[in-house]
Amino acid sequence: MSLTGSTSGGRRAWLSSRSGVLKGGRLLISLAVTMLGLLLITFLIGRVMPIDPVLAVVGERATNEVYEATRASMGLDDPLIIQFLNYIGEVVTGDFGNSLLTSRPVIDDIARVFPATLELASVATLLGVFIGVPAGVIAAVNAGRWPDHIVRLLGLFGYSMPVFWLGLMGLMIFYGKLDWVAGPGRLDIFFDDVVPQVTGVILIDSLLAGNTEVFANALSHIILPASVLGYYSLAYISRMTRSFMLEQLAQEYVTTARVKGLSEWMVIWRHALGNVMVPLITVIALSYANLLEGSVLTEIVFAWPGIGFYITNALLSADMNAVLGGTVMVGLVFVGLNLLSDLLYRVFDPRAR
Amino acid sequence: MTDHAISHGRRSAWLAWLTSETPSSRMQARCVQWFLGWLGLARNPLAMLGLAIVLVLIGAAIFAPLLAPYDPLAQDLTRRLLPPGTAGNLLGTDELGRDILSRLLYGARITLYVVALVVFTAPIAGLIVGTVAGYAGGWVDVVLMRMTDVFLAFPRLVLALAFVAALGPGIGNAVLAIALTSWPPYARIARAETLTIRNSDFISAIRLQGASPLRIVIGHVMPLCLSSVIVRVTLDMAGIILTAAGLGFLGLGAQPPLPEWGAMISTGRQFILDQWWVAAMPGLAIFTVSLGFNLLGDGLRDALDPRSGR
Repeated sequence: MSLTGSTSGGRRAWLSSRSGVLKGGRLLISLAVTMLGLLLITFLIGRVMPIDPVLAVVGERATNEVYEATRASMGLDDPLIIQFLNYIGEVVTGDFGNSLLTSRPVIDDIARVFPATLELASVATLLGVFIGVPAGVIAAVNAGRWPDHIVRLLGLFGYSMPVFWLGLMGLMIFYGKLDWVAGPGRLDIFFDDVVPQVTGVILIDSLLAGNTEVFANALSHIILPASVLGYYSLAYISRMTRSFMLEQLAQEYVTTARVKGLSEWMVIWRHALGNVMVPLITVIALSYANLLEGSVLTEIVFAWPGIGFYITNALLSADMNAVLGGTVMVGLVFVGLNLLSDLLYRVFDPRAR
Repeated sequence: MTDHAISHGRRSAWLAWLTSETPSSRMQARCVQWFLGWLGLARNPLAMLGLAIVLVLIGAAIFAPLLAPYDPLAQDLTRRLLPPGTAGNLLGTDELGRDILSRLLYGARITLYVVALVVFTAPIAGLIVGTVAGYAGGWVDVVLMRMTDVFLAFPRLVLALAFVAALGPGIGNAVLAIALTSWPPYARIARAETLTIRNSDFISAIRLQGASPLRIVIGHVMPLCLSSVIVRVTLDMAGIILTAAGLGFLGLGAQPPLPEWGAMISTGRQFILDQWWVAAMPGLAIFTVSLGFNLLGDGLRDALDPRSGR
C-alpha cells in the first residue's frame, strides 16, 4: 500500500516535472523558430537591397575577373540556403560585419550605443509607471466622473500624437522659450568623457564616480526626451491599470474588506492594487518593449546617440551592415522582453503555472 | 403640410422596414443590422466627432484644389516664414514662402492615399492567412502562424525602416513597408474567429452539401470575420498614419517637395526655436486626424463588437 502510494506519488511528480520540461522545451523551440524567422527576414532584406555589395568592395573600375573572384570569395556564388546558414553562423558569433560609416565592427557600435537607448527607455518607463499606475487607479475609482475622463483623454491623446512632433514642441517650449532643460544630446559638450565609462549609462556612471555636476547635467538632458517617451508608456499603463482595477473593484473580496471596516485607502491601494500587480508587471514589460519603437523617432529629434539614431543614420548613408545588425539586435531585445513578460507572469501568478 | 405628412409617413415606413424584427429578405436583414449598428454609433458623441473629423479629412482631400488659396508647391521667397494670421496666409508660410494651409490641404490627399492603400492590402492579406490557417488547421496552421509571430517579433517601425532601406525611400515603398508590417494582427484575429466558426453546425451543413473548402472559407467564414477585422482596421488607422508620418519625418517616405505632413515637420525642425509654426501646423493636422480615427474606432468597437461590453 505504502509502496504503491509512494510510486504513484513519485510518478505524479515525475509526470509533472516532465510536463514542465515539455513546456520549457516547447517554449525554447518556438523561441528558436522565431529567432530563425527573424534572421531569415533580415537576410532576405539584405539580399534584395539595391546596392551591389561586390561593387562596394571592388569599386566601379574593377575588371570582370576581379569582380567574379571577389564575388566568389564573398560567398555570393553559393546557393541561397548555404549563404543563409553562413549568415546564421556569423550572427551567432556576433559578427555583423563592419560598418561603412564608422569602419568598426557593427557589434562594437551596437554595444556602444545600446546603453544610451536603455537609459532613455528605463527613465521613460519609470515615469510611465510612477504616474501611470496611480492615474489608472484614480480613474478606476472615479469611473465615469471627471478624473476618469481626464485620464482617458490623456491616454487618447497619447495614442494620437506623433512622438517626434511632441518632442519638437517640447524642445521649442521647455528648451527654447523657458530654458528649463538642456537641449539635444546626452551631455553638454564640455562634460563629454569626464566620468569613466563603466556601464555606459551616464546617470549611473556619474554617480559611481561621485560627480554630481555631470549627473545634474545628464539629468537635465534626459528629462525632456524621457518625459516625451514616458507619456506614451503612461498612456498605455494607465489605460491597462484602469481596466484591471475596474475588474478587481467589482469582486466580492473588495466588498468584504469594506464591510470589515478597512479604510478605503487600504481597500484600494493594498487589496485591489495588490491583485492587479501581476498582470501589471507584464504590461510594464510590454510597454518597455514598445518604447524601443518610439525611441527611434525620439532619438532622432533629441540627437540622442542610441540604437534608433544609429540605425537611421546608417540607413541614410546606405550602410546595410549596420542597419541589419541594428535591426536584428532590436528584434532580439524585443523578443527577449516579450519572453520576460511571459515568464514573469508565470512566476508571479500561481494559476498560470 | 400634406407634403410633410407624406414625407413623415414615408420616413416611418422606412424606419419600420429598417428596424423590423422579422426581416423578409437577406438584404433587409443586413440593412437592419447596419442600421442598428449606426444607431449605436450615433448615440456616442465622441464617435460622431471622430466621424466628423474623418469626413473633413476626406472632404479636404477631394476638394483640395478648390479649398486651397495657393498652389502647394508655389514658392514666393519674398514671403518666407510669415507667422500664422498673416493676411492671405492663414497658417503662415514655410521657408520657401509656400502657404502652409494649402500644403496641409494637399497633404490630406497623401495621408488618405497611404491609409487607403494599406487598408486595401494588409487586412485582406491578414484575412486570407488567418482564415486559411484557422480552417485548414494542422501544419498549415502551424507554419502560417509561426510566420505571423515572426513578423510580430519586430517593432513595427524598425521593420518598416529595414524594408525601406532595402527598397529605397519613396511614398510607394513606405506604403509597402507599412503594409508588410501591419498584416499579422489581422491574421491573428481572423484565425481566432475562424476557429470558433469552423465547428458550428451551419458549416457542417454546408460541407455536407458538398461545398469545397475554398468556397466555405471565402463565402462563409470570411464574411463573419469581417466585422472584427473592420473594427481593428479603424483602430489601426491612427497607427498607420503615425508610422507613415514617422517615415516621412525620417526622410524615407514621401520626398520633397511633396506636401506630406511628416516631411513638412522634418523641414520645420530647423526653424523650431523661432518659427515654430512651420513644424507645429502639420503636427496638429496629424494629431487631429489620428484622434478622429481613434475616436471613431473606439465607437465602432463599442457598437459592433458585443463582447467588448462596457
